[in-house]
Amino acid sequence: MMGDSFKKVYNWLDERIGLKPIEELAKHKEVPVHRYSFWYYFGGMTLFLFSVQVITGMILLLYYRPSAGTAYESVRFITTQVHFGWLIRSIHSWSANLMVGALFVHMFSVYLLKSYRRPREITWLTGVLLLFVTLGFGFTGYLLPWNKLSFFATKVGTDIAGSIPIIGNTILVFLRGGKEVTGATLTRLFGFHVMVLPLTIFLILGIHLYLIQKHGMALPVREARKEKEGEKIRTIPFLPNFLYRDAIGWILVLGILVFLASVFPWELGEKADPLASAPAGIRPEWYFMFMFQTLKLIPSKVLFIEGELLGILGFTFGGLILFFVPFLDRKSNKLEENRLFTILGVLVILYMIVLTVWGYAV
Amino acid sequence: MQSNRIRLGIVMKKIDWIIGIIAITAVLFVGSAFGKTDYCIQCHSEMDDSPKSPAVLIKSDIHYQRGLSCADCHGGDASKNDAEEAMSPKKGFVGKPSYRQIPNFCGRCHSDVEYMRKYEPKLRVDQLQLYWTSNHGKMLKKGDRRVAQCVSCHGVHNIKSIKNPQSPVNKINVPATCAKCHADKKYMHKYNIPTDQYAKYSRSVHGKLLLEKRDTSAPACNSCHGNHGATPPGLASISAACGECHGINRDLYNKSPHKEPWAELGYRQCVQCHDYHLIKELTDEDVGVGNNAVCIDCHDKGDGGYEAAFRIKASLDSLKYDIRIADSILAKAKKSGADVGELTFELGEASKGLIEARNRVHSFSPDVVGEVTSASMQKINIVIELGNDSLKALWHRKIGLILTSFLILLVAGLLYLKIRRVEKKK
Repeated sequence: MMGDSFKKVYNWLDERIGLKPIEELAKHKEVPVHRYSFWYYFGGMTLFLFSVQVITGMILLLYYRPSAGTAYESVRFITTQVHFGWLIRSIHSWSANLMVGALFVHMFSVYLLKSYRRPREITWLTGVLLLFVTLGFGFTGYLLPWNKLSFFATKVGTDIAGSIPIIGNTILVFLRGGKEVTGATLTRLFGFHVMVLPLTIFLILGIHLYLIQKHGMALPVREARKEKEGEKIRTIPFLPNFLYRDAIGWILVLGILVFLASVFPWELGEKADPLASAPAGIRPEWYFMFMFQTLKLIPSKVLFIEGELLGILGFTFGGLILFFVPFLDRKSNKLEENRLFTILGVLVILYMIVLTVWGYAV
Repeated sequence: MQSNRIRLGIVMKKIDWIIGIIAITAVLFVGSAFGKTDYCIQCHSEMDDSPKSPAVLIKSDIHYQRGLSCADCHGGDASKNDAEEAMSPKKGFVGKPSYRQIPNFCGRCHSDVEYMRKYEPKLRVDQLQLYWTSNHGKMLKKGDRRVAQCVSCHGVHNIKSIKNPQSPVNKINVPATCAKCHADKKYMHKYNIPTDQYAKYSRSVHGKLLLEKRDTSAPACNSCHGNHGATPPGLASISAACGECHGINRDLYNKSPHKEPWAELGYRQCVQCHDYHLIKELTDEDVGVGNNAVCIDCHDKGDGGYEAAFRIKASLDSLKYDIRIADSILAKAKKSGADVGELTFELGEASKGLIEARNRVHSFSPDVVGEVTSASMQKINIVIELGNDSLKALWHRKIGLILTSFLILLVAGLLYLKIRRVEKKK
């Protein structure tokens, strides 16, 4: 009886929007099984945490009031008065951090497995864009509670952007909505956080996910070579085997989120006071720490270039290399091992870890 | 070659002469244009020892810095180079005033409203008048040359503004300045008054604030005794002296049941409990009927005052107990991660009642004290209740976390079993 009604609904929908092709795709989607299959889960994990962000973000929007006079108070209201408000806010903050973490793991695993090679170049490009948008989410969201630490971190962050020659000042004024970090900055970053960036991320994410469905899971170079040589690669069906495995990961991460949010509720800190002097220990969020620490370590003048500018140029150059990796690595396209790129990737990971730990240690 | 050098030497010498003449003319011209020579200072500077000292000291004197000089006080003509002419009585020279003459000597200007207005319009001009009402002034009139007059405290020839930290009458230096005489047993022997005031004051709550913490809001000797009209406050005016700063306590005392009987018994108002010079910082243990309480110095078990003291102490203790309880609940809630910022603020506001209650002890009325402690306790009880609620909520969070974790593990386990079943079938 139940099955009949389901079929009726399915048929009704299929006639109108065409569900059959999707069903066919899902039925035939296979996921390769090899020693690196574990890393396949991190893309889905990032997507899951992104969904958590969307849902908790929408709930927070019901109470959050974006202005210098009300932002801090409204977040305080959410955490103290709204039923489960503390949980939602804490999950939103923790999930944001776990999402960036999962994203980094996903990106570096894709990089080290050289999954960006032909024909997945655009998947990689959209992926790097997603990373930038996500970091944008992190930067804009950090200021929203309007507390002391986030206020000064935003000031420092936008100051750094302002030190870029020629366009720096324009970027600074655009980000701050004026020359200083004020209520106008808060409103502006709020607009980015809840409208501009979400629309952008949905668009890019749509392309990214479509391309993943189109090309399927990429094989590591060695496995791809074996396949090319005619060896059969073991696979499991995406539905339901891989999805169930994915689901276990998601549900465990949900558990971790609930645990973190309950046991280590995200602190609100003190309200920002634009007239107060900067507190000691201003630091950006952890995923910007390696860049912040680098800028701190570079001498104020290197030859004839300003140290800070050199750092910014360095990171811009690094970002461009990251973006164009699929076009720089020719060897992987020929299914040859590219040791240089692997070593480079590992060095970058080590650099980021060491500088981040260093940043927190001093 | 050599004759050239000689010629050059002669020309150079001529130039030196010309420059010298121009320089001297310029100095004389500038000197005559910008000021006349003060021959008092010039001549005295060239003398030795005692006559020289005024000429040296005067450079740091406030009067000199404001444009006055020797002749403005001592008379005479400072523009005359000849001593006799400069210090001629015909020119109004009065010379060094005698010890007794000094107050009137300074008072010639300092009591002149019109004159003082030119220099410091805000400065009082009643110092001389007040001085003659002081013990010092009265005794000086009788011929006692050991009592203080103007220069004893302000110094002479190097008189500084009282705002100057180096002035002996700058607030922080006042106790030491008074102590110069008043702590000197030999000097004060004749007057038969104690000489331990400075030692006691230094150990008092006021002395520690002023001398150790450099808090100039704390009183020095002159704050209670007056400065130019210095005299010990009379028995009836003790609360008025203390009330200059402790106004609320004074008003409460004046309405209290102690006021009249103490006046009849000759008790010394504030000083009766707080002592004088060595004014102690009283604690709550000084109130009530405990061993350290001052109330039981006069009140015995069974009398009304004893019961009132007991009730006043009980009110203070109850409020303090409630504050402690609320504090510990909020600390526990905060440690567990609850946001208790608002409750901490409320507790801080309610705790201000303790300060008011301690002030109200000076009413010596259990009802007056109880009124404020009860109101504060009511507010604190609300804080305690809400604090407990947040602790309960934290407990609920823990239960919720355990249940959720269990549920999540259960679903994960079921999914795992499902995968195994699906893969077994294949």
